[in-house]
Amino acid sequence: MTELIDILLSASFWAAILRIASPLIFATMGELICERAGVLNLGIEGIMVFGAFAGWVTIYAGGPLWLGVAVAFGAGALFGALHGLLTIPFGLSQHVVGLGITMLATAAAYYAYRLALPEVTNPPRITPFQPLHIPVLSDIPWFGQALFSQTALTWAGFAVTGLTALILYRTPLGLALRAAGENPQAVEAQGLSVTALRMGAVITGSGLMAVGGAFLTMSAFSSFFFEMVNGRGWICIALVVFGAWKPGKALLGALLFAGFDALQIRLQQTGLGQVVPYQVFLMIPYLLSILALIAMSRRAEVPAALMTPFNRGDR
Amino acid sequence: MRLEPIAAPSPARTFAPPAIAIAATIAVAALLAALAGANPAQTLGLILKGAAGSKFAALETLNRATPLIFTGLAVAVAFRARLWNIGAEAQLYAGALLTVLIGTQGLPGPLALPLMALGAILAGALVLLGPVILKTRLGVDEVVTTLLLNFVMALLISYLLEGPLKDPMGMGWPKSPSLPRDTRLPRIIDGLRLHWGFALALICAASVWVMQTRTTLGYEIRAVGLNPDAARFAGIPVTRVLLKTALISGGLAALAGFSEVAGLKGNLTTDLSANFGYTGIVVAMLALLHPLGVVISALFVAGIFVGADSMSRAAEVPTYIADLLLACALLFMVLAILLTRFRVVRG
Repeated sequence: MTELIDILLSASFWAAILRIASPLIFATMGELICERAGVLNLGIEGIMVFGAFAGWVTIYAGGPLWLGVAVAFGAGALFGALHGLLTIPFGLSQHVVGLGITMLATAAAYYAYRLALPEVTNPPRITPFQPLHIPVLSDIPWFGQALFSQTALTWAGFAVTGLTALILYRTPLGLALRAAGENPQAVEAQGLSVTALRMGAVITGSGLMAVGGAFLTMSAFSSFFFEMVNGRGWICIALVVFGAWKPGKALLGALLFAGFDALQIRLQQTGLGQVVPYQVFLMIPYLLSILALIAMSRRAEVPAALMTPFNRGDR
Repeated sequence: MRLEPIAAPSPARTFAPPAIAIAATIAVAALLAALAGANPAQTLGLILKGAAGSKFAALETLNRATPLIFTGLAVAVAFRARLWNIGAEAQLYAGALLTVLIGTQGLPGPLALPLMALGAILAGALVLLGPVILKTRLGVDEVVTTLLLNFVMALLISYLLEGPLKDPMGMGWPKSPSLPRDTRLPRIIDGLRLHWGFALALICAASVWVMQTRTTLGYEIRAVGLNPDAARFAGIPVTRVLLKTALISGGLAALAGFSEVAGLKGNLTTDLSANFGYTGIVVAMLALLHPLGVVISALFVAGIFVGADSMSRAAEVPTYIADLLLACALLFMVLAILLTRFRVVRG
């Protein structure tokens, strides 16, 4: 028990929550935007892998950090365009296409990585984003380290969440996007193109997913390695459901989830970790995601036209 | 653009798009080889030779196809009912686990082998039953739950192999004790490295085909997949059909684990499956969910993997070319199949 209190009182624990949540925040917002417009994007896991690679390789080749973020976003947007093309105008199964995109993006990243570095056992490191020093705030004892020792990319994640909420709920574009996911016929009746709205959402959302992946290589681990995304994309899909398709709630979900993840890592080092095998701790994130889905199932506010292709002229 | 159904597709309509999809996949293969600085034609030749160029290569492909037939069938059965089982990987490991647990109890082979298979089927079925009950009772999306269970199962197996199930003679490696000789699946023909798991896979494919085309359950599964609401209206017990589908699908995926352990590896390790569960999705989709098509598509997919492995030993092209090609083949093929039935019109 004292060990638990020690963990909760340590500034590094709270800093870890923000760090662990960051990639999830980007990718969850990306998925949320897609789903709000009516498209389930199961390409998320693979797009995160490719984003992690694209960001890393840009820096490895000597590019500046923000260029890496932009390249990751662009690459993710390209996979999003492919996903969108197949599922929106062609109306193919979002399940099958999404899983196909995950396989394609993952294999493409691994193939390109092996081409760039044929025989490497130790993945080369890059100089990642450094913690952003915020005047005054970062210097407050304890709080400065706990809450204000993050990289610019983490703050960008919070900004993206705010921006997503703002656009979805306060702009005509957001209204049209949400309507495309709820009642596409009504959108067409207004003279707007459901196809264009959904394509835009999937392209933008996929770009954000890739930035989430890029956070892993450019801010968290400083190198690219196989299986580094490790199911984070699937967890983000659960977070969207947990957040009831609302940006603010999804952000809270990501932070809560990251809190449990940071806690389990630290509990492994305590007396509990001597008794309980480490695999049990590692299961916690996945089990929590399943529990979150179960908890939210009763009051699901799922977009009514999610996974329903729209073909103009159909009634 | 808009899609317009074609009432009576011409033969050209029926055959041209899939043929173009295959050609496009081959073109991608050539491009990827060129990107790696290798000679495209030579690389393709090496893949073909590695997959089927010798008796050894062909047997290797058949062995590799065996688990893929099982997982492909598991996915095909489930997807037919629009039950999105993406958890074949977890079900495979559950089957492999029970195979090892029962197979190392010292029972005589003729008694042990059927029990091992049965235990595996039950374990795999149970692993899928959870998510399906959550789906039918609470409306929890099974895609995410089955996906997440893959990670949980991998960790469970890792724990067991480092803890209670660790082979004391394993020199510290995380692996299970080996099955005794008589609880392993024998080879079909003496001297040829192909075990009865392959025959079992073919029997399963035929059985699934019979089930789908000749039984009430098969009809009900199709009806539920086409339109659950209409099926319910017609008096089909949708929930019960989904649960039965889950038992069959999970059991089939688990048999992949049984066959790999009892037929090929002899023990359980954390790398028993080379993504066979996920690859099963590609196998099933390329077969258009047809159980007999699954056999052909599993052979094709296995050939690409075995061929790419062998090719990358000779040429400087990474083995991940196989995964990339299959992803392309999958996406090209689903689009091609759509274009056999629909026409793209402007406006």
